[in-house]
Amino acid sequence: MDNNLQPAALPAEELRQLYRLVTAVRQLDLAAIAWQRQGIIPGYAPELGQEAAQVGSAFAMDPELDFVFPTYREMGVALTMGVDMTAYMSTHKASWHGGLYDPVQTRLAPIQAVVGGSVLHAVGWAHGQTLSGTRGVALTYFGDGASSQGDVHEAMNFAGVLKAPVIFFVQNNCWAISLPTEAQVAGGTVAARAAGYGIKAITVDGNDAAAVVLATREAAAHARAGHGPVLIEAMTYRRGPHSTSDDPGRYRSLEEERRDAGADPVQLLADRLLAEGIADRGFLDTALQDANANADRVREGVMQLGTRPGSEMFDFVFAEPTEALKAQARAWREESEHV
Amino acid sequence: MQAALNRALAEILAEDPKAVVLGEDVGRLGGVFRITDGLQQRFGADRVFDTPLAESGILGMSVGLAMAGFRPIPEVQFDGFAYPAVNQIITQLARMNYRSRGTLPMPVTLRVPSFGGIRAPEHHGESLEALFAHVPGLKVVSPSSPHEAYHLLKHSVARPDPVIFMEPKSRYWQKGDVALDDAGPLEGAKVVRPGKHVTLVAWGAMVARCLAVAELAAEDGIEVEVLDLRWLKPIDADGLAASVARTRRAVVVHEAPLTSGLGAEVAALITERCFDTLRAPVGRVTGFDVPYPSGDLEDEYIPNIDRILFGIQRVLEYRRG
Repeated sequence: MDNNLQPAALPAEELRQLYRLVTAVRQLDLAAIAWQRQGIIPGYAPELGQEAAQVGSAFAMDPELDFVFPTYREMGVALTMGVDMTAYMSTHKASWHGGLYDPVQTRLAPIQAVVGGSVLHAVGWAHGQTLSGTRGVALTYFGDGASSQGDVHEAMNFAGVLKAPVIFFVQNNCWAISLPTEAQVAGGTVAARAAGYGIKAITVDGNDAAAVVLATREAAAHARAGHGPVLIEAMTYRRGPHSTSDDPGRYRSLEEERRDAGADPVQLLADRLLAEGIADRGFLDTALQDANANADRVREGVMQLGTRPGSEMFDFVFAEPTEALKAQARAWREESEHV
Repeated sequence: MQAALNRALAEILAEDPKAVVLGEDVGRLGGVFRITDGLQQRFGADRVFDTPLAESGILGMSVGLAMAGFRPIPEVQFDGFAYPAVNQIITQLARMNYRSRGTLPMPVTLRVPSFGGIRAPEHHGESLEALFAHVPGLKVVSPSSPHEAYHLLKHSVARPDPVIFMEPKSRYWQKGDVALDDAGPLEGAKVVRPGKHVTLVAWGAMVARCLAVAELAAEDGIEVEVLDLRWLKPIDADGLAASVARTRRAVVVHEAPLTSGLGAEVAALITERCFDTLRAPVGRVTGFDVPYPSGDLEDEYIPNIDRILFGIQRVLEYRRG
């Protein structure tokens, strides 16, 4: 861990904001699992334990300049960036791959399941900033599992060669579904690889939201100044299942999970706020109430999403649709009596 | 054709400041086929840049550049090296417009030196058109002459959707006139030789071969119509049907393996639209279901004049059982 990152260096108001955000993410995440059990959504990828890594990293970015590339487990990133959470959750409602939010307006690329797929996009987008002389930084998320993908290595090499302003943000949550990090990452850590690509690396306690903010700010400043990419490895732990279809009991015991998970990121921040007199119990209670109210609002929104019109299936395949596809859409309408 | 492509790229780069050319050896070397010759000297290393040797990286980076408002024109050096990029092409490039509900269009034209005929080593000659044509979100085009190469490349790059641009590498050094100011229609198929007895459907390097076949057949009084399909996705079904409605017989000629090749799609489209007028089942003269062979066997694999003439004969002599 980089001990130069002193969480106390953050202003009190930012620490309070962080707490409101990690609490909102925690409650929405727990709620989404419940919705799946209740049949409101068919599936969900929980992130219990990764709230600080996600909130802290997204909190450090400039929404006017930067662009963020998630996979499918970055709900906390989306919430921190102010994305409409009903639109975000719509992907888990099976409304639309990629979600119903506007990636251009929100600066959050569409959700996607090919881990490592968007890491190269971040490099391309970041190099575009260099070419156009703009100051944007790309922030791309992947995990210890995705770090095995060839695309991640190609991306780090390209970025190193091009000195692209990109932050590779690794949430090392110790598990790629059932495979633990030691069976996934040769060399022990993903951060260790950065040196081979000439990339600056920062290892940070991913359970400490404030430390993550500082690490990401440092990385963004480095990239924005034209010094090239940075890899941040945030050490976290995925406490629950990989997805609502997963049974972690088949590959680890609850006892191991409790022993290995480290500090709870939400509790850690709460304890610090109280200890340092930055917040009181009343503040924490209000944050929890607001978080639950937010989760209820999102639930309401998700329930009202309804089913997408079938015609949309054809609408976005091309910017310039082909006659053949238009003919298929017409045939679909006739055959389904949707005229 | 090399000069036509080079000139088209130069004009694209001059006209659109957001157009960028990227790939392996496209900069200082000017490409192994010299298609990008001189472009880096003229437009700078920001507009025409060499990437590390990684095809998935080239395509993934192009997706990101397009997201940042650029118009990337990536090159993979040889068709067989598109395989390492197929994941990025299919799961990312082809789907980003869809995934983002039209907010992140992908104006990316991937140039692929394609097909065989140059006695190249393994993976330096492949026919990938059916693979890419099958993927929703991609368009596929192959020019057959310098004129088509010049205009279709400019047209493809101007499109807001991803286009796989398959350049017939055996035709790179073919000479021919380019009508710079008269592109003609840029969509759909094109009758490159009219005839009334049978339609030969081809694309890329096979168009020239079919024209040679038509010359020979004419000596025997057989008037062959040659249809350059040009767009392999979307296929011009109306153009196909119009030609076959005239000739009432069709043979499709391609280098790719027979099974699940584009010839099957062409045959199905013709059957759907021309079943009543067809005098014979649609014929196919193609490569075989074998890996693209070494140079010594290439002439046996690629449809040659004799095999195409046989194909014509089969549909002309077809008698209903």
